[in-house]
Amino acid sequence: MGKTPAAVVGIGQTHHRAKREDVSMAGLCREAMDRALDDAGLTFDEIDAIVIGKAPDLFEGVMMPELYLAEALGAAGKPLLRVHTAGSVGGSTAIVASSLVQAGVHKRVLTVAFEKQSESNAMWALSVPVPFVMPVHAGAGGYFAPHVRSYIRRSEAPSHIGAIVAAKDRNNALKNPYAHLHNEGTTVESVLASQMLWDPIHYDETCPSSDGACAMVIAAEDVAKTYEAPAWIHGTVMRSEPTSAAERDQVNPQAGREAAAALWKATGITDPAREIDCAEIYVPFAWFEPMWLENLGFAAEGSGWKLTEAGETALDGGLPVNMSGGVLSSNPIGASGMLRFAEAALQVRGRAGEHQVDGARRALGHAYGGGSQFFSMWVVGSQPPTN
Amino acid sequence: MTVAFDYTRSTGPVIGRFLTGLRDATIVGGRLADGRVAVPPPEFDPVSHQAVTEFVELPDTGTVTSWTWVSEPVAGQPFERPFAWALITVDGAGTPWLHAVDVASPDDIETGMRVRARWSEERTGSVNDLVFEPDTGDRAVAQTPAAGDDVSRIVTPVGLDYHYAASPEESSFFRGLAEGRILGQRCPKCRKVYVPPRGACPTDGVPTAEEVELSQVGTVTTFCIVNVPFLGQKIKPPYVSAYVLLDGADIALQHLILDIPAEEVRMGMRVEAVWKPREEWGTSIENISHFAPADEPDADFDSYKHHL
Repeated sequence: MGKTPAAVVGIGQTHHRAKREDVSMAGLCREAMDRALDDAGLTFDEIDAIVIGKAPDLFEGVMMPELYLAEALGAAGKPLLRVHTAGSVGGSTAIVASSLVQAGVHKRVLTVAFEKQSESNAMWALSVPVPFVMPVHAGAGGYFAPHVRSYIRRSEAPSHIGAIVAAKDRNNALKNPYAHLHNEGTTVESVLASQMLWDPIHYDETCPSSDGACAMVIAAEDVAKTYEAPAWIHGTVMRSEPTSAAERDQVNPQAGREAAAALWKATGITDPAREIDCAEIYVPFAWFEPMWLENLGFAAEGSGWKLTEAGETALDGGLPVNMSGGVLSSNPIGASGMLRFAEAALQVRGRAGEHQVDGARRALGHAYGGGSQFFSMWVVGSQPPTN
Repeated sequence: MTVAFDYTRSTGPVIGRFLTGLRDATIVGGRLADGRVAVPPPEFDPVSHQAVTEFVELPDTGTVTSWTWVSEPVAGQPFERPFAWALITVDGAGTPWLHAVDVASPDDIETGMRVRARWSEERTGSVNDLVFEPDTGDRAVAQTPAAGDDVSRIVTPVGLDYHYAASPEESSFFRGLAEGRILGQRCPKCRKVYVPPRGACPTDGVPTAEEVELSQVGTVTTFCIVNVPFLGQKIKPPYVSAYVLLDGADIALQHLILDIPAEEVRMGMRVEAVWKPREEWGTSIENISHFAPADEPDADFDSYKHHL
């Protein structure tokens, strides 16, 4: 039995900020959920199930927040599922929600992902000392910086590629009213002149800490057909691998490569760089743009940086990447993956506003998490899937 | 091990109103869509899903709906002596509230008992600004509302104490460190040597048993220079955090590089373990103070490129 086609029919997000001191976690989620419902022209009573995602509980210090959030999320009397796959969770949450629809279990599922980073300190939460390990770790930047160095060495990329990505994404964010950072006048030179935090990563090549949420309504084919511009889900994929194993490739992880290959196969895409009109890729540190371009199969190994350097990933390039400003401009961690998925959907619905890519018909949403060990991706399109 | 943090909570308008009420010695409920008053007020109505916006000030008396006895209080609870947790339906409310009742023994509390709030002198806008006690009928002293802005943020300290039980493989690794040795284990299937040993190969899923003593010399595969200070940091920045592939191992260890300026550290650099003075040794990876440059030429990129 085949899957029931499903589509995104409502999207909502908060204005992402360093601190949203005016709302609680429940209020933050509801802001995004109410906007998604409003966009879909639906009420909570018409929703069959709620799927929520967020990153590690240590960020807010509330164990299993879905328990206390249930009534605020409109889940009384309905199935409520919580998903967790570290930084990729926003993507995998959307995939779990879409699976419930594609499997024919539910007609309309409301999914939400959030993080309220201002309640604690992510550097602290990601650097809790563990036995056996020398306490040299220093947050996500400290974890990923050595692998960025490995990428630079392996690909022989010029040292300013990260700065090109950062300047591009920060300028794209100026066109997105929801983005956290609106840093006017960011240039390659200004990024390179910013402080070296985790050498080889500069301050301006890192993502901010944000409070924010994102929500989507995912509906079955018969419901979705009544909408003017649904974003049809053409394919989804998730893959995992161990955090550390002998000779594990941390620059071009196997799980990401295999996930992308499976996604392209499932969607009938043979040349992703040509057939995908734009992509929202999880890039919390600027150098991950060229690394993931290779991992996803948009470029051959060692040559992702050439696409970036040639301007191909700019808003007016051949393969625009992170039109919204990406994770580099807004990072409510748990929501960051869902934002990638939702921004891809906004593009194919033609509703991305000033950062719209003209004529975007097929877009990729991508997220990764943990020590580059969890991957989730989807392809959405303006037309129903034909496979 | 202790993991602790003082979390800050943005209360939002509803919980903020409730906590502001407690600071002012008033119990505030929220009106639900079905007309009932809930204490504490929920942020969103569970049936209508609308934000709760109508608040009701209630008396500070109520009735015990159910209860349980706490014979051995733990840290962070309202009393250090035995007490009762009770579901208390505040007069005028339609939902019960879990709170503490100050009674000397379980014989002094029963379902249906009338209770009233005993307010703290110093109130901060916290659920601990009051406890309940049996209502004897005579009215308590009127409390003066505390001054100040409405409560919008609160600090909630969270602390977890762990005792880590090391596995047999980890124990042997730590005992080795206490003798100045670095021990790993070899997978019987893929023959890869893991350090620290894990007891099972993450690739093959089979138990690892063969112990291997590793060289104290190795190669820096990759690294970063940490320039950023942060809460809870154990080493003063700037410092070099490196992956060191010990000779004989198939996976790199993360450790600190010293005795060389940070900007001179490079991929492929050969390094050796520098141990702390023996009298400072415990059963810890920190017995190794750091790795320092070994007097050897750098390793070829090809020799470690599969470890990146």
